[in-house]
Amino acid sequence: MDSWRKNKLAFAVLALPPTAWLVLFFTVPLLIMWLYSFAERGPQGQIYLAVNFANYVRAIEWIHLGIIWKSIWIAAITTAITFAIGFPLAMGIAFAPARWKNILLLLVILPFWTNLLIRTYAWIAVLRTRGFLNFGLEWMHEKLSAFSALIGLPDVMGEFQALELLYNQKAVVIGLVYVYLPFLVLPIYATLEKLDKSYLEASLDLGAGHWRTLFSVTIPLALPGIISGCLLAFILSMGTFLTPALLGGTDSEMIGNLIARQFSSSRDWPFGSALSFLLLYMTFIILWVRASLAGRREEPI
Amino acid sequence: MVRDRSNPLDYTRKTWMRMSMGLTFLFLYFPIVSLIAFSFNNSKRNITWQGFTLRYYEKAFDNAQLHEAFLNSLIVAGISTTVSTILGTMLGLSLHRFRFPAQGPYEGMVHLPIVIPEICMAVAMVAFFATINMPLGLTTITVSHIAFSIPFVAVVIRARMAGFDRSLEEASYDLGANQWQTFWNVTFPYMKPGMIAGALLAFTLSLDDFVITFFTSGPGSTTFPIKIYSMVRFSVTPEVNAASTVLIVLTLALTVIALVIQSRSQAK
Repeated sequence: MDSWRKNKLAFAVLALPPTAWLVLFFTVPLLIMWLYSFAERGPQGQIYLAVNFANYVRAIEWIHLGIIWKSIWIAAITTAITFAIGFPLAMGIAFAPARWKNILLLLVILPFWTNLLIRTYAWIAVLRTRGFLNFGLEWMHEKLSAFSALIGLPDVMGEFQALELLYNQKAVVIGLVYVYLPFLVLPIYATLEKLDKSYLEASLDLGAGHWRTLFSVTIPLALPGIISGCLLAFILSMGTFLTPALLGGTDSEMIGNLIARQFSSSRDWPFGSALSFLLLYMTFIILWVRASLAGRREEPI
Repeated sequence: MVRDRSNPLDYTRKTWMRMSMGLTFLFLYFPIVSLIAFSFNNSKRNITWQGFTLRYYEKAFDNAQLHEAFLNSLIVAGISTTVSTILGTMLGLSLHRFRFPAQGPYEGMVHLPIVIPEICMAVAMVAFFATINMPLGLTTITVSHIAFSIPFVAVVIRARMAGFDRSLEEASYDLGANQWQTFWNVTFPYMKPGMIAGALLAFTLSLDDFVITFFTSGPGSTTFPIKIYSMVRFSVTPEVNAASTVLIVLTLALTVIALVIQSRSQAK
């Protein structure tokens, strides 16, 4: 790397245009939103610039705090389930024979490259009352009823009732786990892959079982990747907008949807801006924790 | 002594591990595969398999609104890819090459579009365009897409340039080439695979984006994902499945090309 002084012209030519674009069309919009977050809303949704914290105070009023808390809660559950599914998967890939590794990795990444909207829509087709899952259940119900009638049992099963799987918090969590699984698997896989396998062999040789080796050796050694992957899944799910909008019902509005509503039907931009900055601050704190943990362990993310 | 043939660390060989991996892949692929399969299903209700048909593809291809939306998506993605590849390459190259004051905060600032929640960027863009009185439409969508694609391209370019041998440039200078000639004949050819990979990434990002596009679009600037979103809100139809399948195949093809180019350039 050279000092910029060494070739000022080349540095200016290279760095100025992209910087100008990002400042003008990214930083400035954020600054405007930041100013709006202290502004006042007029009766028709006009914005009067001011300096007051009323919007932030409103954001932590009980009704909105409930939505923020729910977002954190949904993100936490999503992260826990994603970890429960993703960790064994990451381990399976890390310990797979070399020729399988790339194929398995590609299989994890591939869904991640298909459109987010389409992946979420695919779950509507699976979960709705006349969806694949209910259809499969109905089929099993039919067969079971026929079978119990055949062996002369009274009809205890009754009519098939389609399960309400869609438009609730469970559907949102399923959708989020589905979408963010690769983000958790990849960092965990990366640390497991680099891990010196002789530690695990030593633990097994010294008489520890597989479970003990897992909890006392593998997981502690893979902790940087685990933390990094979990925090990533957490911030991504907390800031989501599309998944609750498509799969959620009235009980599953998250902070992203609340922000979106302020900019559409509610037309309360100052309040939406304040909420948006609260979400940003939470994201930054988690990213900062993630970066400082990674830095302490000298582990590139 | 006979060596135990199975390594105790071959966790992937264990039945429970294979079963859990199998279930996870089922979870990952069942929704998409069934979506694609049912786009060929000859039934309007779209639940049971009624036989193979292409009529929903014909229907989707005949849908003028879908056509327009698809064309809009391609226009936005085309312009956004061109501009963000050029700007992102410049950014990646300057971050690779130079040390400068306040580099840490600067890098944080330029990588911000990658990490902030999409909805925050989306509403910030809405606030910005309203403040400068710019009507929402294809232009505002494109401008926003370029902004969030630049850092992604820069990351790809930087990763590519990490393997660059500076002595090649020095050799070029020693042989009498000037800075501009050295860039075009030495640095640029090395960087090219990174630029192609970055461009394909920018194209897919633009084609796939929903949240930011949704907020920065105005009347008459419906893009493909937005059209699908409005169709999805009403019902699950084979036509939507067919349109989605086309988009899936398109992005997957682009991704595979990007991966092949990347692995080839790494192999060199």
